[in-house]
Amino acid sequence: MTAVESTTQGERVSLLRVLGPAHVWALGVGIVLVGEFTGWNFSADKGGALAALIVCWVVGLLYTSVAMIDSEVTSTVAAAGGQYAQAKHIVGPLMAFNVALFLVFAYTMLEVSDAILLGDTIVAKAGVEGLTHNPFIAATIVTLAWLNYRGVLMTLNVNFVITAIAYVSIVILFFSVSPWTQGAVLKLNELVTPGNALPYGWIGVIAAFQFGIWYYLGIEGTTQAAEEVRSPARSLPYGTMAGMITLLIAAAMTWYVCASLMPWEYLGITYYPLWDAGKLTGSPLLENLLFVATLLAALASANGCINDAARAWFSLGRDRYLPSWFSAVHPKYRTPYRSILFLLPIALAFAFIADLNQAITFSILSGVLQYTFMSINIMMFRKKWPLGTIRRGYTHPFHPIPAIVLFCLCVVTFFAIFLGYGSQLIAMVAFYFLISLWFHFYRYRYVRRGDQFTMPWPKPQGY
Amino acid sequence: MSRYTPPEQSKAGQIFDIAVVVVAIFVALWLPLKLGLAGAAKSIDALDAKTWEALGQNPTMASIWEKLGYTPETAHDIIQNRFHYIIDWPTLIIMAAVLIGYFVFLFRASDREYRDVINEKFDDK
Repeated sequence: MTAVESTTQGERVSLLRVLGPAHVWALGVGIVLVGEFTGWNFSADKGGALAALIVCWVVGLLYTSVAMIDSEVTSTVAAAGGQYAQAKHIVGPLMAFNVALFLVFAYTMLEVSDAILLGDTIVAKAGVEGLTHNPFIAATIVTLAWLNYRGVLMTLNVNFVITAIAYVSIVILFFSVSPWTQGAVLKLNELVTPGNALPYGWIGVIAAFQFGIWYYLGIEGTTQAAEEVRSPARSLPYGTMAGMITLLIAAAMTWYVCASLMPWEYLGITYYPLWDAGKLTGSPLLENLLFVATLLAALASANGCINDAARAWFSLGRDRYLPSWFSAVHPKYRTPYRSILFLLPIALAFAFIADLNQAITFSILSGVLQYTFMSINIMMFRKKWPLGTIRRGYTHPFHPIPAIVLFCLCVVTFFAIFLGYGSQLIAMVAFYFLISLWFHFYRYRYVRRGDQFTMPWPKPQGY
Repeated sequence: MSRYTPPEQSKAGQIFDIAVVVVAIFVALWLPLKLGLAGAAKSIDALDAKTWEALGQNPTMASIWEKLGYTPETAHDIIQNRFHYIIDWPTLIIMAAVLIGYFVFLFRASDREYRDVINEKFDDK
């Protein structure tokens, strides 16, 4: 059925190929859409309302480059683990180990952020003295882990439905506030003025890149399901590109409505900008719709994140980069159940000790490190296997412009993180550096060399 | 090239390695929180006069703050809590050096490992 198999108690068990383009779209958009419901607005805090719009489009360009590059490489290296499998075949084992960790941290911390958002939203709605978000966080993470444990098809069918509902709520909000008229409900001219549009000047725009990433972070997660997609060469590029278009539209609508309804200082600190926008319209129906949609978006995102983080961790175990115990596939549900269970307490622990913008920053940091890798990876891919030497499911146009744009925007984003969150950045990179030393000088001895290269490709040029 | 045969890892060794990874994850993510290194570097520029005008809010903005349940006094710490973008050059240089050093090490060490993989994979054929 697939090229991937894991041996459990003498029986060979593989991941199931059951997913289509709609599931790929649901996985990508489902993970990301929560970024419209919280997180993107912290870019207004760092640079003002206009900076949040500028980064919405410029970071959209970054992610369009990511989607183009990713579609080419993934449609050619269709293996569980996504970018991890790409790094293993194109750059080398240590890079693959790091990329898998980027994926696991980016998705696990995104899952943590989702759970915190969900818990805080319920607590805010309930308005009960002494009620904390902890039980809601625990219930969310444990329930979704169980869903993932039971099977990928059910997990992504659920994601498709709740993502679609959350997306439609943004469209309904947008058209309910008469977006073509200013003054009745929306008051953009009075809230974003020449005096406050860029309160920190252009350095604030650069600083805002950090949370601008949150508009789209996770779209590259579509590749994690590569081994469970029926037709990877068609479904992955189609699902990823459709997801990116969907998100660009949602991000533009979200900014326009929110910036037209609340002052930038408030927009920059609220945990639920779209729910607040619903409240400020004065319509109880919209308020309740956006409350429910915020919960659904958080659920869909956390659900997809558990799916992706577990597959990246599973891949590490399968290649013996980590103990092979993690590479077991459930004999009945055909899911990487040990990886799902292992990551569960880690997510729970951080959901209880981190706050929302800290968890988001951890996730963004790992994401940007991964995008930096992707910009170099595509250059190496084209150099080692030029066009025509291997069969590609999709070939992205304008190479190397998307890779150069992506690399430059990653450098700007590192600088943006430095502006306000520099210590956190240095601490995270120090961790990746130390764990890389551990892998290179110790753990790699347990890895079979030639077996890591599983693609039926010719020898790379230059080797 | 002779085929590399990795040693079998004992169960105790696997458990130890899992423990190392878990500890590393918690140190990397929890320690910055504990040491106060995570989160935004912001500070409040306090104002003596706490009015909507002094806080730079026009009547539309003030009406929205009030709709959200804020007064000039309660909104003061939100509005005046600002980033101060002064570039600390030594920290920026350290950050750049750490990042560049990390990526250089990653690509160089990966390439050494990759050559072994390619040699074993393709010399076997």
